[in-house]
Amino acid sequence: MSEPDGRRHYLNVDYGVRSWLLTTDHKRIAILYLCSITAMFILGGLFAVGIRLELLTPQGDFVQADTYNKLFTMHGVVMVFFFLIPSIPAVLGNFLVPMMIGARDLAFPRINLLSWYLYVLGALFTLFAMITGGVDTGWTFYTPYSTASSATNVMPTAIGIFITGFSSILTGLNFIATIHTMRAPGLTWFRLPLFVWAHYATSLIMVLGTPVIAITVALVGLERGLHIGIFDPALGGDPILFQHLFWFYSHPAVYIMILPGMGVISEVVTCFARRRIYGYGFIAASSLMIALLGFLVWGHHMFVSGQSQYAALVFSFLSFFVAIPSAVKVFNWTATLYRGSIAWDSPMLYALGFMGLFTIGGLTGLFLAALGLDVHVHDTYFVVAHFHYIMVGGTIMAYLGGVHFWWPKITGRMYPEALAKVSGFVIFLGFNLTFFPQFILGYLGMPRRYHSYPDEFQVLNVFSTAGASILGVGYLLPLCYFLWSLRYGAKAPANPWNAAGLEWQTLSPPPTENFETTPVVTTDAYDYGPDGARATPPEAAVA
Amino acid sequence: MHSLSDAQPLAHQFDDTDQQRRAVSFGMWAFLVNEIMFFGGLFATYTVYRVLYAHAFHDGSHHLDITLGTINTAVLIASSLTMALGVWSAEHGKRRPLMAWLLMTLLLGGVFVGIKAVEYHGKWVDHLVPGPGFVWHGEGAQHVQIFYSLYFAMTGFHALHMLVGFGLLTWLIIDARRGRFGPAYYAPVEMVGLYWHFVDIVWIFLFPLLYLIGRH
Amino acid sequence: MIGFRLFPEQASTIAPQVDALLFFLIGLSLFFSLLIAGLIVVFMVRYRRRPGGDHVPDIHGSLALEGLWTAIPFVLAMTVFFWGASIFATMQRPPDNALEVHVVGKQWMWKLQHMEGRREINELHVPVGRAVKLLMTSEDVIHSFYVPEFRVKQDAVPGRYSSIWFEATKPGTYHLFCAEYCGTLHSGMIGRIVAMEPAAFEAWLGGRQAGANVPIEVDGEGIFRAQGCGTCHRADGSGQGPALQGVFGKTVTLASGQTLVADEGYLRESILDPNAQIVAGYTSVMPTFQGLLSEEDVMRLIAYVKSLKAGEGGS
Repeated sequence: MSEPDGRRHYLNVDYGVRSWLLTTDHKRIAILYLCSITAMFILGGLFAVGIRLELLTPQGDFVQADTYNKLFTMHGVVMVFFFLIPSIPAVLGNFLVPMMIGARDLAFPRINLLSWYLYVLGALFTLFAMITGGVDTGWTFYTPYSTASSATNVMPTAIGIFITGFSSILTGLNFIATIHTMRAPGLTWFRLPLFVWAHYATSLIMVLGTPVIAITVALVGLERGLHIGIFDPALGGDPILFQHLFWFYSHPAVYIMILPGMGVISEVVTCFARRRIYGYGFIAASSLMIALLGFLVWGHHMFVSGQSQYAALVFSFLSFFVAIPSAVKVFNWTATLYRGSIAWDSPMLYALGFMGLFTIGGLTGLFLAALGLDVHVHDTYFVVAHFHYIMVGGTIMAYLGGVHFWWPKITGRMYPEALAKVSGFVIFLGFNLTFFPQFILGYLGMPRRYHSYPDEFQVLNVFSTAGASILGVGYLLPLCYFLWSLRYGAKAPANPWNAAGLEWQTLSPPPTENFETTPVVTTDAYDYGPDGARATPPEAAVA
Repeated sequence: MHSLSDAQPLAHQFDDTDQQRRAVSFGMWAFLVNEIMFFGGLFATYTVYRVLYAHAFHDGSHHLDITLGTINTAVLIASSLTMALGVWSAEHGKRRPLMAWLLMTLLLGGVFVGIKAVEYHGKWVDHLVPGPGFVWHGEGAQHVQIFYSLYFAMTGFHALHMLVGFGLLTWLIIDARRGRFGPAYYAPVEMVGLYWHFVDIVWIFLFPLLYLIGRH
Repeated sequence: MIGFRLFPEQASTIAPQVDALLFFLIGLSLFFSLLIAGLIVVFMVRYRRRPGGDHVPDIHGSLALEGLWTAIPFVLAMTVFFWGASIFATMQRPPDNALEVHVVGKQWMWKLQHMEGRREINELHVPVGRAVKLLMTSEDVIHSFYVPEFRVKQDAVPGRYSSIWFEATKPGTYHLFCAEYCGTLHSGMIGRIVAMEPAAFEAWLGGRQAGANVPIEVDGEGIFRAQGCGTCHRADGSGQGPALQGVFGKTVTLASGQTLVADEGYLRESILDPNAQIVAGYTSVMPTFQGLLSEEDVMRLIAYVKSLKAGEGGS
């Protein structure tokens, strides 16, 4: 990647392995994360292949029951803890937050590197657990099954999750301190890009929620190792207490997974509609509201678990509350399109896909928040479909959209646009075919985590597996053309999209110190208005 | 813990030392909030079981050595005092007193952990360590075991934090010896001080909850 | 087997209510999804970028619009909340005359016991048109009793009792699933609910199984005697423990001063963890029967104790 003009930037300033493994440059750390989470995504995807192949037929004939139980457990553990939670913050957030606020790096660069190493260490423990026999408790580790009944590698998995949790915490601390204290001159809170607001809200959750899962898995480990009775009723413990502690983190965790994606959408939609964002203050406030309310609704995972009906009422009520800020965001993004000048570039297509699929996923959340209805669909494929619509139709689409949008900045190369559009459509199609039938399956009564199932559920399962194969192809395509673009892609200018935002005011790829001189900010974010600096759309996109 | 033990006091990502100080301070406070949530999970578990098994918790608590616990509380409070004096010394550029106070804090912390080790050993001898070797004569053995599980988990995590604190103090002492701290730059001492006070405060909550149930 | 379906059969009194809420939510979701998707598509096409640039107006907000699209979803959300809560409230209140069945889940089967004596494994016969209430627990890990065609589900948790009720409306055979992951044969822990016309059900209930059908209270009384419970729990209250006549459903005062209603859960705890919540005026001398009695035995004992009416002579 050396430049013919000899320009030095963060990628070619040093090619040595040590310069990568001991880097404190937030941009390089983002690349390190990009590689690791992609590897984990592929692993989690392979587990999903196993699941969907088994579910082609009603009988458990592809793998044994114990193997299947390990497949869905490990799919969940890898995807939640090692892909979705880090993805956008650790890759795009690490790369862009300092640049978007005009800083040279995050507040604590060495802690940033430590954060990556903790992620890798945690992943290694979990991989070790998987290679030496696997774990079959479900990613939710309900007790007493996980502490007293399962004969699999619960401890190493719990240790891996414990360690990775600290990776998350350190990233959150770094973002909070950075955003509070290192904004460029003139960059007040209400001039910040919404991507930064989203990461700020996410960081609050990371810092406040992750320690609770850490202590919970630590107690599970202790109980399993020493047979003490914190959660095992046979030893005087309370299994429902585990569920409260677990979901106290794991519900806010889903907001860790979606809020950064929403930040990406705000950046992409404004750029490709050439519009200021509609309702800036409302979108910023809604991110904080989601972070706050997200901590108050964990009991909606436990409506039939044995908590009191009064607790159930309160959690259901609050769960409807937390839906509102998300709806407000979707309406504001849609309004941003109104009378815009809309380009159909692939990042925009991903963002629009997010809006549609997140809307469906979010609306199905209402089904689950409604007490009388949740009783029927809890622990069925309806829930599985709901969270995949949000996590895959939402987060992953936002992640891919963001990677496409900022790829030129990160690598200095353009990806092939036509192929990007094609894979976007393939992903959209494959995704819906995979997961929409699961709503129906769930309402029909097919429970989750079933290795074999009654014959009448087969047709819908076949549709789902067919969709999964298409989705898999859809994900392979960007992997291929992004790698291809590193060598053969067209050179990217500093600002191929003529986008607003400080990250676009430096070269692609950026120099190590990001900016020659610290920028001074004089305008609001998304300066696309008719009199704004970005009023003129870019020339025809580079092929 | 922070990127501040560079050769120069000002790290490259910061515009000036004031920004650096604010960022570090922010980071430390955010980290302490995080730690509150960490211990909070344990406190929540403790609360649930204390309410459910009040009798067993009462009995279990009475088998803890209240003398050692009280001594430890005094030791830790004293160490917070010496730590605060260390921060003051750093702020006023007094190198030798700074090293002395830091060393004193480390020593007192060591005494604390030493006494804890004695207590743990005593519990081991009395078969009160949860697990296969746990023996309790009397009713509610299972629930008493839960009390002891929480006792070891909570004081154990606390002790772990103390050990991390020892590492931080050692690092500070080494740097203090090199004359790195003075009125212009003493943030690391301040930050470690914050951390140490936090660990102390956690103990102030642990002590009555574990040792003083139903005592008059 | 049934042909391709989109919804399960409605075979209980609560099922149509649940489905009504579902259809409302489907309608709501369709409306908003199509609205958003439609607007996106329309805007994408109508405002597609044209060469030479477009005049993009500088609109960036309207408090009124924000208020509107916050208030309307809020009202809709609250409507759904109340609707769902009211269905849930019905699910929490079994009718007084419900037929009781005891359920114990274990890896990987359901054990069911009718009060009149018949026992079933993985199958539950119930009459149509009569409420049935299940008292459930688990012997090992958490399971969940789920009947999709009835739209009911409740976790069976080890160490405590939970309950669920339904009233079948159509004779037929319906799925019973375990809906909480419980290990290797989680997907094998399935069975059938057989709903029968009342007359057929009575006939089935009285039918002969291998071994005589003994009503559950008689079983329970046998355990009561065998375990020597009557030594301390004398009918005249002269023993070391309180008399149990009429205790079920009574409000008792504990040694701690608190009061509670002596329900199945309290009776179970009194047998398995007797010193946790002692009745005022008594000392903690009762031994625990944990490990000596199975969960099913405990349920039988409780059925016997429930049958002891106040004022009757004891054993």
